[in-house]
Amino acid sequence: MSDVKPRVRVPKTAEVGEEIEIKTLIRHPMHSGRVVDGDGNTIPRQIITSFVAKFNGETIFHVDMKPSVSANPYFTFPFTVNESGTFEFIWTEDTGEVFTLSKKIKVE
Amino acid sequence: MSKTQWMKLTRRDAVAFFGAVGVSAVVPWQAEASVDAVAARIVEITNGADIAEGLISLDMPEIAENGNQVNLTFEVDSPMTAEEYVKSVYVFADGNPDTDVAVFNFTPAMGSCTATTRMRLSKTQNVHVLAAMSDGSFAKAETTVKVTIGGCGG
Repeated sequence: MSDVKPRVRVPKTAEVGEEIEIKTLIRHPMHSGRVVDGDGNTIPRQIITSFVAKFNGETIFHVDMKPSVSANPYFTFPFTVNESGTFEFIWTEDTGEVFTLSKKIKVE
Repeated sequence: MSKTQWMKLTRRDAVAFFGAVGVSAVVPWQAEASVDAVAARIVEITNGADIAEGLISLDMPEIAENGNQVNLTFEVDSPMTAEEYVKSVYVFADGNPDTDVAVFNFTPAMGSCTATTRMRLSKTQNVHVLAAMSDGSFAKAETTVKVTIGGCGG
């Protein structure tokens, strides 16, 4: 799906030991499989089932989702940074398709 | 057969019998079945352990005009160290067709245990948040959200 688009907001810089807030959003319909379109056909289930946030290769946070999570799944969560590095964000759809985004942070 | 043994047998039979009647009576009422489903999930996760109250602050609107996008913020009052931290936070919606909403898995590296998301609510109902700690203890909070226009939750 070409219109699925992840977005993440992470501060560019932070101080050692600072707790930052990470905001993530992925544009996705989260079709629950319970909605009928205008022609009376059920829209097949298609949801993001998993969101993983990693920092320098280590998983820091992950969420398992069901259809009760709203369209365009949005999360904010904290992270305490102690070193510069790269965040990697991974969303997995129930079709097996994977969407990723990475962000760097400079810690001084 | 002693009297106590006989009593035990009958009581077990009676529980099984009334249990079955209870379930068949509840099934036609989807709302009650969903409330029971959440209670059963919580017992399944906690294995019947004690659940602390008051450790989770849960921020949701009292009235949601649009059930498609209802804000949920929770914060669990707990240390986040390698020795003691919150492992998982489960969110349930007891009036949705699928009562499981999401499971948030935390790590000590996060520094504190809080998160925000948006969820669907198909109608007025209770939202339950259950936290599982690294030491095997549990905490819970719940709130009622009145929904004006239901989201196609599912």
